[in-house]
Amino acid sequence: MAEQTATRVSRQSRRRITSSPWLLLAPSIVLLALLFGWPLVQGVLSAFSGDSGLTLGHWQRLFADPYFLQALRNTLLLIVVVVPIQLVLALVMALLMQARPRFSGTHFYLWTIPLAVSELAAGLVWLSVFADRGYLNSFLVNLGLSESGVQWLNYDNTLTMFITVVVAELWRATSLVFVIVVAGVQMIPKDYDEAAQVFGASMWQRLWHVTLPLLRPSLQVALILRTILALQAFAVAQALTGRNFPLLVGETYEWYVNLQNPAVASAAALVVLALSLGTSLAYLRAMRQPDATG
Amino acid sequence: MAEIVLRDLVKTYPGAAGPATDGVSLDVADGEFMVLLGPSGCGKTTLLRTVAGLELPDSGQIVIGDRDVTYLDPRRRNLSMVFQSYAVFPHKKVADNIGFGLRVHGMAADEIRRKVSWAAELLQLTDYLDRYPAKLSGGQRQRVAVARAIVMNPDVLLMDEPLSNLDALLRLSFRAELKKLVNELGTTTLYVTHDQLEALSLGDRVAVLRSGRIAQCGPPTEVYDQPADEFVGGFLGSPPMNFLRGVLVEDGDTLRLDVGSQSIGAPRELRPYLGQHIHLGIRPESMVAAEPGETKGTGVLRGTVQVVEPLGSSVLLTMDTAGQQLKVQAPAGFRVDPGSELALDLPVDTRRWYDPESQLLLEVR
Repeated sequence: MAEQTATRVSRQSRRRITSSPWLLLAPSIVLLALLFGWPLVQGVLSAFSGDSGLTLGHWQRLFADPYFLQALRNTLLLIVVVVPIQLVLALVMALLMQARPRFSGTHFYLWTIPLAVSELAAGLVWLSVFADRGYLNSFLVNLGLSESGVQWLNYDNTLTMFITVVVAELWRATSLVFVIVVAGVQMIPKDYDEAAQVFGASMWQRLWHVTLPLLRPSLQVALILRTILALQAFAVAQALTGRNFPLLVGETYEWYVNLQNPAVASAAALVVLALSLGTSLAYLRAMRQPDATG
Repeated sequence: MAEIVLRDLVKTYPGAAGPATDGVSLDVADGEFMVLLGPSGCGKTTLLRTVAGLELPDSGQIVIGDRDVTYLDPRRRNLSMVFQSYAVFPHKKVADNIGFGLRVHGMAADEIRRKVSWAAELLQLTDYLDRYPAKLSGGQRQRVAVARAIVMNPDVLLMDEPLSNLDALLRLSFRAELKKLVNELGTTTLYVTHDQLEALSLGDRVAVLRSGRIAQCGPPTEVYDQPADEFVGGFLGSPPMNFLRGVLVEDGDTLRLDVGSQSIGAPRELRPYLGQHIHLGIRPESMVAAEPGETKGTGVLRGTVQVVEPLGSSVLLTMDTAGQQLKVQAPAGFRVDPGSELALDLPVDTRRWYDPESQLLLEVR
């Protein structure tokens, strides 16, 4: 009798165990399907369909737009310049933190503040710096370095516009890389570095042979995240330059809101998606661990 | 190869209550195997790390060979180290791990290969040179760490509890292997451990540390047989040395230690302590247990057996002697029931006498 009850209980609990993962996953699956899956399907559909069935017309419109190729070029240029600088900066900052200088806790919080600032707000702050009568120009004029300041954000000076966007993006988004790298550096047992010291490695050799290889997983995460986020850079450039320095996501916004054309906007968004996927895969492939773990 | 001279090394960690090493002076001869032994927190690892240059002393001096290296970078000291955690680089193959030090010193590739294969041969790692450490067992990783250290042909070899992460059987076999290896190489070695068996079996000399100071430094047999103070006697040995408290009394023209209802002969050199408390130290294996009445003499104490623990190679007895507890190691075949009376013979040359206040050994010979 008692034995029978026991088997029934165990059978019941086994069924509960096998079904419970799905039960627990269900909310997030539903959420993802509604908020990501459905818009994705809709976006793909609207990018490829017109009034008379399937069409590539939206894509032709997109590519014919002079702003689009500019935006593509600017976005890629921004990634190529900003992401490596951010990686190096974040690495240097993390290594400085690791040396545990005085007030390192305070430094950590100061360096991570930009994480908490909204993208648009950051853009507006930098606008007040780089505007014709902004802080930078008044500073230059007061020092007598310039008579009336530099028109950093002038629409026909692409280089200075690019520089301002780079500076603002560096300030705003390096902290993300920094936080990831700090976490990674702290995960590395000190023994490895000490062993390298004892066996005669110089500071650069220790960095090259020990710290960087052991940081590889963190660097990989930081690189992928930052590249994807840089592809989506928008508000900072919008606040600083409007459409004078177009970026891909800015163009998506332009087509959707100002030009009232969701189909072409979807096509532009798909370009961003394709680039994100492509670069992530490339990174994962290029930085694949040798047969070191497992 | 070189000798090590340590002079008055003091190191206090920021925020620590007391110094980690408190004026340590130690001379290690060229080619000597010196073991630093002590309980955790005694400063032995700090001392080793100071020699390595991973910690800088607050004051004092470190000389290796003819060079004062006290404030030199670790990489300029020409020493190598085996870490407790092995610290074998997970992202480098075994061969690259062993050759790491040679490579950062800028040695030519074929020279590195020759030396690496020599070290790999010595440590039986030849078949594993192309593997990553993750594919090795703990013992093999430890071998890699040792190979990486000896391949440098360093002035000084430092080892920080290198065997403590191995399982018991492996530890035993690797201990003997390590001793043979270091003997053959003849490298001056500083070896840190908290395992007294390791210390006694490996060291040419053993330095016992206690709260940042060297309590005793000498050959293993001396440290074991003649502990300089009660701490060393109580730390070395398993079970440790017994200490009997008693009062020194006069019996005719001889001295005796009165431990309550019984007494035991004491050497005449202790006369200054007459009428005072004094401690008698004796090793569990030095005492000979027998049926009462079989032995008589000035060196016999009686006791009641409280616990009998057969340990295979011996039988450990916990005895009550005049209200004081004694651990006695009897031969494996010894049979006795708890509660029975035994006579304990304490051979004269195994008795050690300690001042109860300073706890220091009193010279009686």
